[in-house]
Amino acid sequence: MIESHLPAYIALTFVLFSVLIPVFGLWKKELSQPLAVIGSGIAAAFSLYGFINYLNNGAIRYYFGGWEPPIGIEFVYDGLSGFFVLVINAVAFFVLIYSGEPSKKEFPGKEMPYYALAMLMMLGFNGMILTGDLFNLYVFLEIASLSGYALIAIGEKPAPYAAFRYLIIGTAGGTLYLLGVGFLYTITGTLNIIDMTAMMPMFAESTAAVAALILMIVGIGVKAALFPMHGWLPDSYTYACTSSTALIAPIGTKVAAYILFRIILWLFGIELTDAVAPLSYVVGVLACIGILYGSIMAIAQSEMKRMLAYSSISQIGYIIMGLSLANPWGFAGAMLHVLNHAIMKACLFMISGNLRLKEGHSDVSRFDDSYRKKYPWTMASFSVAAISMIGLPPLAGFFSKWYLALGTIDNSNWLFLAVILISSLLNAVYFFRILEKVYMMDPEKGQKEPKDGTYNEVKASMLWPTTIFAVSLIVIGFANAVIVGILLDIFPM
Amino acid sequence: MLDFFTGHYAYWFTIILLCVGLYGILFKKNLIKKTIGLAILQISVVLYFVSIASKWDATVPVLDPNIPVDQVASYLNPLPHTLMLTAIVVGVATLGVAFTLLIAIYNRFNTLDEQELIEKIQ
Amino acid sequence: MDLSLVPLMAILVSLIAVVPIMLSSEKPNLREFWTILAALIKFGLVLTLLPGALEGESVELHLVDLAPGLPLALKADPFGVFFAVIASGLWIFTSFYSIGYVRGAGEHKQTRYFASFAVCLSATIGIAFSANLLTFILFYEMLTVATYPLVIHNEKKDGIQAGRKYLAFTLTAGLLLVAASALVYHYTGTIDFTPGGVFTDVELPHTTMLVVFILFLAAVGVKAGIMPLHGWLPAAMAAPTPVSALLHAVAVVKSGVFAVTRVVGFVFGVDVMGDYGLNDILIVLSGATIILASLIAFAQDNLKQRLAYSTVAHLSYIVLGVALLTPFGMQGGIMHIAAHATLKITLFFCAGAIYVNLKRKNISNLNGIAKVMPWTMGAFTIGSMGLAGIPPINGFFSKWTLALGSLEGEMVIPVIILVVSGLLNVGYFFPIIYRAYFKPGEGLEGYGEASPLMVVPIMVTAVLSVLFGLFPNLFFGLYDLAVDVSLSLFNTALP
Repeated sequence: MIESHLPAYIALTFVLFSVLIPVFGLWKKELSQPLAVIGSGIAAAFSLYGFINYLNNGAIRYYFGGWEPPIGIEFVYDGLSGFFVLVINAVAFFVLIYSGEPSKKEFPGKEMPYYALAMLMMLGFNGMILTGDLFNLYVFLEIASLSGYALIAIGEKPAPYAAFRYLIIGTAGGTLYLLGVGFLYTITGTLNIIDMTAMMPMFAESTAAVAALILMIVGIGVKAALFPMHGWLPDSYTYACTSSTALIAPIGTKVAAYILFRIILWLFGIELTDAVAPLSYVVGVLACIGILYGSIMAIAQSEMKRMLAYSSISQIGYIIMGLSLANPWGFAGAMLHVLNHAIMKACLFMISGNLRLKEGHSDVSRFDDSYRKKYPWTMASFSVAAISMIGLPPLAGFFSKWYLALGTIDNSNWLFLAVILISSLLNAVYFFRILEKVYMMDPEKGQKEPKDGTYNEVKASMLWPTTIFAVSLIVIGFANAVIVGILLDIFPM
Repeated sequence: MLDFFTGHYAYWFTIILLCVGLYGILFKKNLIKKTIGLAILQISVVLYFVSIASKWDATVPVLDPNIPVDQVASYLNPLPHTLMLTAIVVGVATLGVAFTLLIAIYNRFNTLDEQELIEKIQ
Repeated sequence: MDLSLVPLMAILVSLIAVVPIMLSSEKPNLREFWTILAALIKFGLVLTLLPGALEGESVELHLVDLAPGLPLALKADPFGVFFAVIASGLWIFTSFYSIGYVRGAGEHKQTRYFASFAVCLSATIGIAFSANLLTFILFYEMLTVATYPLVIHNEKKDGIQAGRKYLAFTLTAGLLLVAASALVYHYTGTIDFTPGGVFTDVELPHTTMLVVFILFLAAVGVKAGIMPLHGWLPAAMAAPTPVSALLHAVAVVKSGVFAVTRVVGFVFGVDVMGDYGLNDILIVLSGATIILASLIAFAQDNLKQRLAYSTVAHLSYIVLGVALLTPFGMQGGIMHIAAHATLKITLFFCAGAIYVNLKRKNISNLNGIAKVMPWTMGAFTIGSMGLAGIPPINGFFSKWTLALGSLEGEMVIPVIILVVSGLLNVGYFFPIIYRAYFKPGEGLEGYGEASPLMVVPIMVTAVLSVLFGLFPNLFFGLYDLAVDVSLSLFNTALP
């Protein structure tokens, strides 16, 4: 009867391994990273099994200790949570495999606490997604955030300051979310999401409900780096070490986006969200500004990690925009983009990590055409991921934009459509700039063959996750009809 | 009108605390003061939850032999209090992490002033 | 015999050839063998589809679903086969010629060059055989990406600038195409290419229709070089000459005009185009482009630039023919795809041969070169006469049909445009020929004809141009095919 306990198993796996890693790590610190890989691998396997089970048998509600809600706390494994859990655990599995090498160089001797924290953070993320209780969600949010702050603080010299800023803004956001939960609890008397959903129509016009919604959107918007609450993100992603960035960047903001999905589309429903003020449109406009702002700022950066960080702000905008459209195509586009962007961003941050390990920097202005010879596979993966980010078919990135475009047209929302198109062009500017540097000789210097261009690729444990992600972008591109078919079924209306 | 203010004075108090906390976070240049602002912000929400649990003429939610079992209304709502126990723990943990980071920052940059930090980083 | 896999194989053959081409980068002869082999196989595969196409049949193949209800589907209909025959046939000549050119000019990164070339051809055949807009977008963008390394091939400043310009134009166009296709899907529920159009059962406000059409026009107009969207084309002349030949004669711009025809005939349909008056926009734009581009061509001293503007003008012949919305106009436009392809490829081959042999790019330096390169200049003369519309070379025939088409539509101005532009063609081509034959040359001692690898393809394409003009149906029944395609678009419109 593994199915009925599955939601708990996924979270408990991380609890178990966050304890196992210190125990074994004290004995032999080399064991920490393999244990983390095993832990996330088990969780990913559970998530995959659970998602298949969801497709066959429907959602699972797991009551902790047998206490039925609204008294007890439950974990809900439905389509939305199942999809997110699968995405983040699968990505984390590959990123943790990857992080073995860079961690040896970036924080030697500290693997044990690092991976224990990573497991705790994954516990927090999984808990946030799976829990069916709003306050429980807050607790998991703080677990994930606190371990996240610590992970970001490991890195370059300014990393602790970046982490501190993230901590201040993030905790303030979490607190506002908690206040919003308090409002909802006051009017409904329950914290269980499913229970509350049933009661919400009674409070359609209640100011407290609207205030709660706004507080929650603002609070979670901070975590999701929704414009204008994105300020913490560029510094955090830039100064944190490669392993942390590659782990947090693809996952962290997505989980926050999940909460927005859950609150806006499930808990309130789009009619209630827009009952008093057109909140979903406001969120969509913020997302649009974020898309353009992130893209333009990314063009202005020469440090690759910082460029990717700004690009993350832009890409999370796509997801939130799809959410704000609240129609099946927009939803499918946003969800597909959750998957695509997780993979693309993980891949790109890994590539910047590969370059940092080998070259000691990832400054785009210092890239040259010897990289093509030195790191052929890394650069090939970069090309694939970059083209996918730009959104050219048949790579995965194209299709999320296609569905988002269909969604904007269904709502006759021409502004959003224009933003999608313009942002794709801006993406092309900053990614082709790098491709040009890497694949072409410098016209100023004009040397015939790159100097010292001998094969110098990173180790297999770093190279394989990078290339696997790149290949999976092609596979997702061709298989997206299947995925979107499933996603359209998940859409609540 | 006056009733509106006096009748909700607990909320007004919460709101003032919230604003004080936000002010500290946004406008104080010293990172320790920012952290204090953060603590005040968290406490304001804790107080809000505690205040919504209170009732007139009710007692602590411990089974009292003098009150019949079916008079549930005579007890305070225990749930917000338990929730806030957790939230306080979370808050303490956050402060712990914040101070750890502050120590790390001070060791690296020898200052906790935001302006100086930004200059030193660039 | 089951032909359903042939379109897919025709697309894949050059894509697969990339692998052996890359692997044999150290052995140039082997590498070029793979290119030629792929070109021949591809042409053979396309030819097997020809008999069916002449019967008016289509070969359809549904691969995976790209999106729910929107499959990656191939359909080798007569029009697609027509285009595929031209593109794959001319690739063979371009391949031979490329070998001579890159070796003669000592180009670097030859492997990348041949690999990109092969991918380009896959994309072009894919465009020809796309059954719906989504598949079309896929190959259209693939063509953009695959052409980019060719445009920037010299990796000098002008090449990189040209590459950026090319990307800016084509990527924008690709995005607009996505938007336009999404709109079509939203309004009609289908994005399949259907003779007669997909809007037949849908009533839409005039402005909506106009917006959708303008989006399409901007999207496909870039590759078709319709003014004012032609800017990338002259800039892309920084590329090696065989690339220019490929861009101009075989793949990119022809994909553009092919796309225009697809949009007019198979997305909107001639009836809808006429009902909403959308073709007027096309006629005005293409007419203006023909005249303006011809005039600009006069001012160009660089031979390739002059040819580039000539291309811009001739592409608009095709667009104009399509926009007339008459059977003859459509037929003339489609015929001109073939005519311009053979003629322009000849001219570019000649320009490349002159450059490789004499290192001369400018028309003012071409005095007397006919003495040392008689064959090349002979072919050049045939090509320019053809483009000027002098019988019996094949340009004449398509122009004649175009004129018939505009009279059929009771329009006189297009006829005048055609006549004027014919004169302009004479005006900008004949000075070149005059210089080459009649002016005394300098510094030509010791030079002879270019290498046979270049001269033979030049001669073959020139002879082909003449033969096509004399016997339009001699090769593969292309004329009948064009007639069938054009009639099929109008027949379905009848009740």
